[in-house]
Amino acid sequence: MRYVDEFRDPHLIRQAAAEVRRKADPERHYRFMEVCGGHTHSIYRFALEELLPENIELVHGPGCPVCVLPMGRTDDGLALAGRPEVILAAFGDVMRVPGTHGSPLEHKARGADVRMVYSPLDALKLAEREPDRHVVFFAIGFETTAPSTALTLIQAKARGVENFSVYSNHVTIIPAIRAILDSPGMRLDAFIGPGHVSTVIGCRPYAFVAEDYGKPLVVSGFEPLDLLQSIVMLLDQLAEERAEIENQYGRVVPWEGNPAALRAMAEVFELRPYFEWRGLGFISQSALKLRPEYAAWDAEERFDTPGVRVTDPKAAQCGEVLKGVLKPPQCKLFGRECTPERPVGALMVSSEGACAAYYNYVHRRSEAEAAAAARA
Amino acid sequence: MCLAIPGQIVEIADDRHVAKVEVSGVRRQVNVALLDDELAPGDWVLIHVGFAMSRISAEQAEEQMRLLRMLGEDAEAMAELEGYGFGEDADGRGAGARKADA
Repeated sequence: MRYVDEFRDPHLIRQAAAEVRRKADPERHYRFMEVCGGHTHSIYRFALEELLPENIELVHGPGCPVCVLPMGRTDDGLALAGRPEVILAAFGDVMRVPGTHGSPLEHKARGADVRMVYSPLDALKLAEREPDRHVVFFAIGFETTAPSTALTLIQAKARGVENFSVYSNHVTIIPAIRAILDSPGMRLDAFIGPGHVSTVIGCRPYAFVAEDYGKPLVVSGFEPLDLLQSIVMLLDQLAEERAEIENQYGRVVPWEGNPAALRAMAEVFELRPYFEWRGLGFISQSALKLRPEYAAWDAEERFDTPGVRVTDPKAAQCGEVLKGVLKPPQCKLFGRECTPERPVGALMVSSEGACAAYYNYVHRRSEAEAAAAARA
Repeated sequence: MCLAIPGQIVEIADDRHVAKVEVSGVRRQVNVALLDDELAPGDWVLIHVGFAMSRISAEQAEEQMRLLRMLGEDAEAMAELEGYGFGEDADGRGAGARKADA
């Protein structure tokens, strides 16, 4: 329990960890999936797996938006940036995502007009400041960020800003969970439900996980204590042969979600018939496109994009890691060709990606320990 | 990108769609349209990409700030907040700058 002492309440953490050990049936093997990149980050940062008994395995699900975005989508966004009139505006994580011919940041270095923004509203403001150019906002994220893009588009339409459009790569979490549950060889026992996505969608949409698939799901906060408490709640459900949706993060997540955010999304977006996810393949009705009423602000309607499916670099095994078939260090490129400084695969880009989280904490820790051992 | 930044409402605009928030002494405008019927100055909110997405307690705000520090994301959170330019004046001077002059 090396990292416990730096927690706010080491005593509570030890208690919760002991409770997990007491409640885990030694005869069973548990596989719990977290479907939120923030949880993945937290789990590695706090070395939570070291606090768990060996028969509880945490499987890192598709909760990191840039990780699940197939390379062809990045290429399409970059093709837009190649147009002379276009300024491509993107979040920091997107700036570093590898496309076939480099990341947006590398395209920028070669002369493309790519700007980093922290909010879609800044992309809209950029368009208003540069009326002779056309600003495309590279929108990405689950339901945590989709309402923000929706409200930005509502503003753009209300103000009649014509030189602004959105290249939507927004995805929705529910169809991804369903696809995982439907995948052959699925061996998960339960889910740790996402924290911030649930502030928008609430807890009700997860009901099918319990009702149709008989799996428990607990919406969880991000602190180590939250995650341990959520694991205890899952163990209790499994021991009592219950399958329910429970909310451990009630101090932030209302059961009903945020109705205003859901209304804004419903006004602007509709479901795409299907969308490709790295590792999971094509999932029907799993992503958002702009409604016909917003076609004038839809970058994919205004401009032609290549729309080509692009496979990941051959040696990179991002898809296998995303599916949980491989652990990050089992990929041939991990820590050698592919590092957070020079990511080959998308999972190395974001702090929420399983590979970057593993590299930044587990890999660096063991390297530091090896160096210390060599000095001793 | 999925950072949730805890901020305290300082002032709400008349249209109730934007508000000035303060995070660790830095003030910026954020969009609060998704929470507009329930907010008052002094309230704490969680901010994602320039939008307040949920109202939280003061204790929860403190907890979130500590979590960001422990995850090594506090500097990034402040850079994000300071990077919100949509509430700035045309001359580039925003709420934060005016506050510093005051």
